[in-house]
Amino acid sequence: MLFEHTEELYDAAGTGGGTEIFMTGEQIKPRKRSEIRRAFRAAFPHTIPIFAGFWFLALTYGIYMNVSGFSFIYPMLMSITIFAGSIEFVTVNLLLGAFNPIQAFAMALMINARHLFYEISMLEKYRGYGWRSFYLIFGMCDESFSINYTAVIPKDVDKGWFMFFVTALNHFYWFSGSTLGGIFGSLIHFDTKGLDFVMTAMFVVIFLEQWLKEKNHTSSLLGLALSLICLIAFGADNFIIPGMLAILILLTVIRRPLEERISSAADITKETEKGGEQQ
Amino acid sequence: MTLAQQIITVAMVILATMLTRFLPFLIFPAGRPTPKYVQYLGKVLPSAVFGLLIIYCLKNVSIFTGSHGLPELIAIVLVIALHLWKRQMLLSIAGGTICYMLLVQFVF
Repeated sequence: MLFEHTEELYDAAGTGGGTEIFMTGEQIKPRKRSEIRRAFRAAFPHTIPIFAGFWFLALTYGIYMNVSGFSFIYPMLMSITIFAGSIEFVTVNLLLGAFNPIQAFAMALMINARHLFYEISMLEKYRGYGWRSFYLIFGMCDESFSINYTAVIPKDVDKGWFMFFVTALNHFYWFSGSTLGGIFGSLIHFDTKGLDFVMTAMFVVIFLEQWLKEKNHTSSLLGLALSLICLIAFGADNFIIPGMLAILILLTVIRRPLEERISSAADITKETEKGGEQQ
Repeated sequence: MTLAQQIITVAMVILATMLTRFLPFLIFPAGRPTPKYVQYLGKVLPSAVFGLLIIYCLKNVSIFTGSHGLPELIAIVLVIALHLWKRQMLLSIAGGTICYMLLVQFVF
Protein backbone atom coordinates (compact mmCIF):
# COMPACT_ATOMS: atom_id res chain seq x y z
CA MET A 1 0.00 0.00 0.00
CA LEU A 2 2.83 2.37 0.71
CA PHE A 3 4.21 2.39 -2.76
CA GLU A 4 1.17 1.31 -4.68
CA HIS A 5 0.19 2.73 -8.05
CA THR A 6 3.75 3.71 -8.79
CA GLU A 7 3.64 2.88 -12.45
CA GLU A 8 0.46 4.75 -13.12
CA LEU A 9 1.92 7.66 -11.25
CA TYR A 10 4.98 7.80 -13.46
CA ASP A 11 2.80 7.60 -16.53
CA ALA A 12 0.65 10.36 -15.19
CA ALA A 13 3.75 12.40 -14.58
CA GLY A 14 4.20 13.01 -18.27
CA THR A 15 0.76 14.41 -18.86
CA GLY A 16 1.09 17.35 -16.54
CA GLY A 17 -1.19 18.43 -13.79
CA GLY A 18 -4.35 19.17 -15.74
CA THR A 19 -5.69 22.54 -16.65
CA GLU A 20 -7.07 23.71 -13.37
CA ILE A 21 -6.93 27.41 -12.75
CA PHE A 22 -6.67 28.56 -9.21
CA MET A 23 -9.25 30.87 -7.87
CA THR A 24 -8.27 31.03 -4.23
CA GLY A 25 -8.28 34.79 -4.29
CA GLU A 26 -11.61 35.04 -6.09
CA GLN A 27 -13.53 32.50 -4.06
CA ILE A 28 -16.11 33.92 -1.75
CA LYS A 29 -14.63 33.05 1.60
CA PRO A 30 -16.74 32.39 4.67
CA ARG A 31 -14.90 32.68 7.93
CA LYS A 32 -11.39 31.43 7.56
CA ARG A 33 -11.31 29.17 10.59
CA SER A 34 -14.36 27.13 9.60
CA GLU A 35 -12.86 26.82 6.13
CA ILE A 36 -9.69 25.33 7.57
CA ARG A 37 -11.66 22.99 9.84
CA ARG A 38 -13.76 21.76 6.92
CA ALA A 39 -10.63 21.03 4.88
CA PHE A 40 -9.17 19.06 7.79
CA ARG A 41 -12.35 17.00 8.15
CA ALA A 42 -12.33 16.25 4.42
CA ALA A 43 -8.63 15.35 4.33
CA PHE A 44 -8.32 13.20 7.45
CA PRO A 45 -10.28 10.10 6.26
CA HIS A 46 -8.08 9.91 3.15
CA THR A 47 -5.00 9.53 5.33
CA ILE A 48 -6.23 6.77 7.69
CA PRO A 49 -4.92 3.89 5.54
CA ILE A 50 -1.58 5.69 5.29
CA PHE A 51 -1.43 5.88 9.07
CA ALA A 52 -1.22 2.08 9.46
CA GLY A 53 1.44 1.68 6.81
CA PHE A 54 3.52 4.62 7.95
CA TRP A 55 3.45 3.64 11.58
CA PHE A 56 4.58 0.09 10.87
CA LEU A 57 7.54 1.22 8.79
CA ALA A 58 8.33 4.30 10.90
CA LEU A 59 8.33 2.37 14.17
CA THR A 60 10.58 -0.24 12.59
CA TYR A 61 12.84 2.51 11.29
CA GLY A 62 13.03 4.13 14.74
CA ILE A 63 13.78 0.79 16.41
CA TYR A 64 16.35 -0.01 13.74
CA MET A 65 18.15 3.29 14.40
CA ASN A 66 17.98 2.63 18.11
CA VAL A 67 19.47 -0.85 17.93
CA SER A 68 22.11 0.48 15.53
CA GLY A 69 23.28 2.71 18.38
CA PHE A 70 21.65 6.07 17.60
CA SER A 71 19.66 8.21 20.03
CA PHE A 72 15.99 8.90 19.23
CA ILE A 73 17.07 12.44 18.26
CA TYR A 74 18.35 10.98 14.97
CA PRO A 75 15.14 9.38 13.69
CA MET A 76 13.18 12.34 15.09
CA LEU A 77 15.15 14.97 13.20
CA MET A 78 15.66 12.84 10.09
CA SER A 79 11.97 11.99 9.81
CA ILE A 80 11.08 15.69 9.88
CA THR A 81 13.79 16.98 7.57
CA ILE A 82 14.29 14.16 5.06
CA PHE A 83 10.78 12.67 5.20
CA ALA A 84 11.46 9.97 2.61
CA GLY A 85 11.31 6.42 3.97
CA SER A 86 13.66 4.47 1.72
CA ILE A 87 16.56 6.89 1.95
CA GLU A 88 16.16 7.19 5.72
CA PHE A 89 16.71 3.44 6.07
CA VAL A 90 19.70 3.69 3.74
CA THR A 91 21.06 6.66 5.70
CA VAL A 92 21.34 4.46 8.81
CA ASN A 93 23.76 2.30 6.82
CA LEU A 94 25.57 5.34 5.47
CA LEU A 95 26.07 6.67 9.02
CA LEU A 96 27.47 3.31 10.11
CA GLY A 97 29.93 3.18 7.20
CA ALA A 98 32.90 5.30 6.18
CA PHE A 99 32.37 9.05 5.66
CA ASN A 100 31.40 9.56 2.03
CA PRO A 101 29.21 12.64 1.51
CA ILE A 102 29.21 12.40 -2.29
CA GLN A 103 27.87 8.86 -2.17
CA ALA A 104 25.22 10.01 0.32
CA PHE A 105 24.19 12.80 -2.06
CA ALA A 106 24.13 10.52 -5.11
CA MET A 107 22.12 7.82 -3.36
CA ALA A 108 19.53 10.27 -2.06
CA LEU A 109 19.26 11.76 -5.54
CA MET A 110 18.72 8.42 -7.26
CA ILE A 111 16.43 6.89 -4.66
CA ASN A 112 14.24 9.97 -4.54
CA ALA A 113 14.38 10.71 -8.26
CA ARG A 114 10.73 9.65 -8.47
CA HIS A 115 9.81 12.84 -6.58
CA LEU A 116 10.86 14.75 -9.69
CA PHE A 117 8.07 13.10 -11.61
CA TYR A 118 5.50 13.53 -8.88
CA GLU A 119 6.35 17.21 -8.66
CA ILE A 120 6.20 17.57 -12.43
CA SER A 121 2.63 16.30 -12.38
CA MET A 122 1.78 18.65 -9.51
CA LEU A 123 3.32 21.75 -11.11
CA GLU A 124 -0.10 23.29 -11.59
CA LYS A 125 -1.92 21.93 -8.57
CA TYR A 126 0.69 22.95 -6.02
CA ARG A 127 1.26 26.48 -7.31
CA GLY A 128 -0.39 29.57 -5.93
CA TYR A 129 -0.75 28.88 -2.20
CA GLY A 130 2.15 30.92 -0.82
CA TRP A 131 3.85 29.27 2.14
CA ARG A 132 1.51 26.30 1.83
CA SER A 133 2.86 25.68 -1.69
CA PHE A 134 6.36 25.60 -0.24
CA TYR A 135 5.28 23.02 2.32
CA LEU A 136 3.37 20.92 -0.23
CA ILE A 137 6.48 20.70 -2.42
CA PHE A 138 8.72 20.01 0.57
CA GLY A 139 6.44 17.30 1.97
CA MET A 140 5.97 15.32 -1.24
CA CYS A 141 5.98 11.53 -0.82
CA ASP A 142 4.42 8.57 -2.63
CA GLU A 143 1.35 8.60 -0.41
CA SER A 144 0.62 12.32 -0.36
CA PHE A 145 1.03 12.35 -4.11
CA SER A 146 -1.38 9.50 -4.68
CA ILE A 147 -4.03 11.21 -2.54
CA ASN A 148 -3.54 14.78 -3.73
CA TYR A 149 -3.28 13.74 -7.35
CA THR A 150 -6.36 11.55 -7.42
CA ALA A 151 -8.71 12.74 -4.63
CA VAL A 152 -11.95 14.35 -5.68
CA ILE A 153 -12.06 17.37 -3.40
CA PRO A 154 -15.59 18.59 -2.63
CA LYS A 155 -16.45 21.98 -4.13
CA ASP A 156 -16.98 23.68 -0.79
CA VAL A 157 -13.58 22.57 0.53
CA ASP A 158 -10.53 24.74 -0.03
CA LYS A 159 -8.10 22.75 -2.22
CA GLY A 160 -4.99 24.34 -0.75
CA TRP A 161 -5.90 23.50 2.82
CA PHE A 162 -7.09 20.01 1.86
CA MET A 163 -3.77 19.14 0.23
CA PHE A 164 -1.92 20.84 3.07
CA PHE A 165 -3.60 18.62 5.67
CA VAL A 166 -3.06 15.43 3.65
CA THR A 167 0.64 16.25 3.49
CA ALA A 168 0.91 17.41 7.11
CA LEU A 169 -0.95 14.39 8.54
CA ASN A 170 1.21 11.95 6.61
CA HIS A 171 4.29 13.86 7.73
CA PHE A 172 3.07 13.67 11.33
CA TYR A 173 2.42 9.90 11.15
CA TRP A 174 5.92 9.31 9.85
CA PHE A 175 7.52 11.63 12.39
CA SER A 176 5.63 10.26 15.40
CA GLY A 177 6.25 6.62 14.47
CA SER A 178 9.98 7.17 13.90
CA THR A 179 10.39 9.09 17.14
CA LEU A 180 8.44 6.58 19.24
CA GLY A 181 10.40 3.71 17.67
CA GLY A 182 13.62 5.54 18.51
CA ILE A 183 12.55 6.14 22.12
CA PHE A 184 11.07 2.75 22.89
CA GLY A 185 13.50 0.70 20.83
CA SER A 186 15.68 0.39 23.93
CA LEU A 187 12.81 -1.17 25.88
CA ILE A 188 12.60 -4.09 23.50
CA HIS A 189 13.70 -7.22 25.26
CA PHE A 190 13.83 -9.74 22.46
CA ASP A 191 16.91 -10.27 20.34
CA THR A 192 16.76 -7.86 17.40
CA LYS A 193 19.52 -9.54 15.41
CA GLY A 194 18.42 -9.67 11.80
CA LEU A 195 15.96 -6.77 12.07
CA ASP A 196 17.95 -4.92 9.42
CA PHE A 197 16.45 -7.34 6.91
CA VAL A 198 13.32 -5.17 7.00
CA MET A 199 15.02 -2.86 4.52
CA THR A 200 15.82 -5.72 2.14
CA ALA A 201 12.26 -7.04 2.41
CA MET A 202 10.88 -3.57 1.73
CA PHE A 203 12.89 -3.12 -1.46
CA VAL A 204 12.12 -6.65 -2.64
CA VAL A 205 8.39 -5.88 -2.26
CA ILE A 206 8.67 -2.53 -4.05
CA PHE A 207 10.70 -4.14 -6.83
CA LEU A 208 8.12 -6.92 -7.12
CA GLU A 209 5.25 -4.42 -7.28
CA GLN A 210 7.01 -2.62 -10.13
CA TRP A 211 7.66 -5.96 -11.82
CA LEU A 212 4.01 -7.01 -11.64
CA LYS A 213 2.84 -3.69 -13.06
CA GLU A 214 5.33 -3.20 -15.87
CA LYS A 215 4.85 -4.73 -19.31
CA ASN A 216 8.55 -4.84 -20.08
CA HIS A 217 11.15 -5.96 -17.55
CA THR A 218 14.28 -4.66 -19.31
CA SER A 219 14.89 -1.86 -16.82
CA SER A 220 14.29 -4.04 -13.73
CA LEU A 221 16.70 -6.69 -15.00
CA LEU A 222 19.27 -4.08 -16.01
CA GLY A 223 19.10 -2.57 -12.53
CA LEU A 224 19.82 -5.93 -10.90
CA ALA A 225 22.45 -7.08 -13.39
CA LEU A 226 24.45 -3.86 -13.70
CA SER A 227 24.50 -3.38 -9.91
CA LEU A 228 25.67 -6.95 -9.41
CA ILE A 229 28.43 -6.56 -12.00
CA CYS A 230 29.55 -3.30 -10.38
CA LEU A 231 29.44 -4.91 -6.93
CA ILE A 232 31.78 -7.67 -8.11
CA ALA A 233 34.01 -5.22 -9.98
CA PHE A 234 34.25 -2.38 -7.44
CA GLY A 235 33.49 -4.05 -4.11
CA ALA A 236 30.80 -3.45 -1.48
CA ASP A 237 31.97 0.03 -0.49
CA ASN A 238 32.41 1.59 -3.90
CA PHE A 239 29.89 0.09 -6.31
CA ILE A 240 26.93 2.45 -5.87
CA ILE A 241 28.04 5.40 -8.00
CA PRO A 242 29.48 3.31 -10.86
CA GLY A 243 26.29 1.24 -10.71
CA MET A 244 24.09 4.32 -10.98
CA LEU A 245 26.13 5.75 -13.84
CA ALA A 246 26.04 2.42 -15.67
CA ILE A 247 22.25 2.29 -15.31
CA LEU A 248 21.77 5.88 -16.50
CA ILE A 249 24.12 5.49 -19.46
CA LEU A 250 22.70 2.17 -20.60
CA LEU A 251 19.09 3.33 -20.28
CA THR A 252 20.00 6.40 -22.33
CA VAL A 253 21.78 4.33 -25.00
CA ILE A 254 18.91 1.87 -25.41
CA ARG A 255 16.19 4.55 -25.24
CA ARG A 256 14.89 4.16 -28.83
CA PRO A 257 14.50 0.35 -28.90
CA LEU A 258 13.24 0.25 -25.32
CA GLU A 259 10.58 2.88 -25.94
CA GLU A 260 9.44 0.95 -29.01
CA ARG A 261 9.26 -2.27 -27.03
CA ILE A 262 7.33 -0.67 -24.20
CA SER A 263 4.77 0.86 -26.55
CA SER A 264 4.40 -2.34 -28.61
CA ALA A 265 4.00 -4.39 -25.43
CA ALA A 266 1.25 -1.98 -24.41
CA ASP A 267 -0.43 -2.42 -27.82
CA ILE A 268 -0.32 -6.21 -27.56
CA THR A 269 -1.94 -6.13 -24.13
CA LYS A 270 -4.65 -3.82 -25.41
CA GLU A 271 -5.35 -6.17 -28.32
CA THR A 272 -5.46 -9.29 -26.16
CA GLU A 273 -7.75 -7.47 -23.74
CA LYS A 274 -10.02 -6.56 -26.62
CA GLY A 275 -9.94 -10.15 -27.89
CA GLY A 276 -10.84 -11.39 -24.43
CA GLU A 277 -13.82 -9.07 -24.27
CA GLN A 278 -15.11 -10.24 -27.63
CA GLN A 279 -15.08 -13.88 -26.56
CA MET B 1 32.17 8.88 12.01
CA THR B 2 32.43 12.05 14.07
CA LEU B 3 29.33 14.09 14.86
CA ALA B 4 30.35 16.69 12.28
CA GLN B 5 30.68 13.98 9.63
CA GLN B 6 27.29 12.58 10.58
CA ILE B 7 25.72 16.03 10.25
CA ILE B 8 27.33 16.53 6.85
CA THR B 9 26.12 13.10 5.68
CA VAL B 10 22.54 13.79 6.78
CA ALA B 11 22.73 17.31 5.33
CA MET B 12 23.78 15.88 1.94
CA VAL B 13 20.83 13.49 2.04
CA ILE B 14 18.47 16.36 2.90
CA LEU B 15 19.95 18.56 0.18
CA ALA B 16 19.60 15.88 -2.51
CA THR B 17 16.08 14.98 -1.38
CA MET B 18 15.02 18.65 -1.42
CA LEU B 19 16.54 18.98 -4.87
CA THR B 20 14.32 16.17 -6.18
CA ARG B 21 11.29 17.98 -4.78
CA PHE B 22 11.96 21.59 -5.71
CA LEU B 23 13.88 21.25 -8.98
CA PRO B 24 10.83 20.74 -11.23
CA PHE B 25 9.24 23.92 -9.92
CA LEU B 26 12.43 25.81 -10.59
CA ILE B 27 13.11 24.54 -14.12
CA PHE B 28 9.69 23.84 -15.59
CA PRO B 29 7.43 26.85 -15.93
CA ALA B 30 3.73 26.11 -15.40
CA GLY B 31 1.80 24.72 -18.34
CA ARG B 32 4.68 23.65 -20.56
CA PRO B 33 5.20 20.00 -21.58
CA THR B 34 8.02 18.06 -19.92
CA PRO B 35 10.95 17.05 -22.17
CA LYS B 36 10.53 13.57 -23.69
CA TYR B 37 13.83 12.32 -22.27
CA VAL B 38 12.73 13.25 -18.75
CA GLN B 39 9.40 11.49 -19.26
CA TYR B 40 11.25 8.41 -20.49
CA LEU B 41 13.54 8.36 -17.46
CA GLY B 42 10.49 8.78 -15.24
CA LYS B 43 9.08 5.60 -16.70
CA VAL B 44 12.13 3.35 -16.75
CA LEU B 45 14.46 4.60 -14.01
CA PRO B 46 12.45 3.57 -10.91
CA SER B 47 12.52 -0.18 -11.70
CA ALA B 48 16.28 -0.11 -12.20
CA VAL B 49 16.87 1.89 -9.02
CA PHE B 50 14.85 -0.56 -6.93
CA GLY B 51 16.91 -3.39 -8.44
CA LEU B 52 20.05 -1.52 -7.42
CA LEU B 53 18.69 -1.08 -3.90
CA ILE B 54 18.14 -4.82 -3.49
CA ILE B 55 21.78 -5.43 -4.46
CA TYR B 56 22.79 -2.64 -2.08
CA CYS B 57 20.98 -4.37 0.79
CA LEU B 58 22.73 -7.64 0.01
CA LYS B 59 26.18 -6.18 -0.64
CA ASN B 60 27.75 -7.71 2.48
CA VAL B 61 26.41 -11.22 1.95
CA SER B 62 29.24 -13.60 1.18
CA ILE B 63 28.28 -16.62 -0.84
CA PHE B 64 31.48 -18.54 -0.20
CA THR B 65 31.80 -18.18 3.56
CA GLY B 66 29.61 -18.28 6.69
CA SER B 67 26.01 -19.19 6.00
CA HIS B 68 26.55 -18.81 2.20
CA GLY B 69 23.71 -16.33 1.88
CA LEU B 70 21.14 -19.01 2.63
CA PRO B 71 19.12 -17.06 5.26
CA GLU B 72 18.86 -14.14 2.83
CA LEU B 73 17.84 -16.40 -0.01
CA ILE B 74 15.18 -18.23 2.03
CA ALA B 75 13.74 -15.01 3.47
CA ILE B 76 13.61 -13.32 0.05
CA VAL B 77 11.83 -16.32 -1.45
CA LEU B 78 9.33 -16.11 1.41
CA VAL B 79 8.81 -12.37 0.85
CA ILE B 80 8.12 -12.99 -2.83
CA ALA B 81 5.81 -15.95 -2.12
CA LEU B 82 3.84 -14.03 0.53
CA HIS B 83 3.54 -11.04 -1.74
CA LEU B 84 2.39 -13.02 -4.75
CA TRP B 85 -0.12 -14.79 -2.52
CA LYS B 86 -1.72 -11.93 -0.57
CA ARG B 87 -0.17 -8.81 -2.12
CA GLN B 88 -0.21 -7.10 1.27
CA MET B 89 2.94 -5.05 1.56
CA LEU B 90 3.10 -5.07 5.36
CA LEU B 91 2.47 -8.82 5.61
CA SER B 92 5.22 -9.59 3.08
CA ILE B 93 7.75 -7.34 4.82
CA ALA B 94 6.89 -8.50 8.35
CA GLY B 95 6.79 -12.19 7.38
CA GLY B 96 10.13 -12.06 5.59
CA THR B 97 11.83 -10.11 8.37
CA ILE B 98 10.58 -12.40 11.16
CA CYS B 99 11.64 -15.44 9.14
CA TYR B 100 15.09 -13.93 8.62
CA MET B 101 15.45 -13.08 12.32
CA LEU B 102 14.52 -16.62 13.33
CA LEU B 103 16.94 -18.06 10.79
CA VAL B 104 19.97 -16.01 11.85
CA GLN B 105 19.20 -16.38 15.55
CA PHE B 106 18.36 -20.08 15.77
CA VAL B 107 19.32 -21.94 12.61
CA PHE B 108 22.48 -20.47 11.11
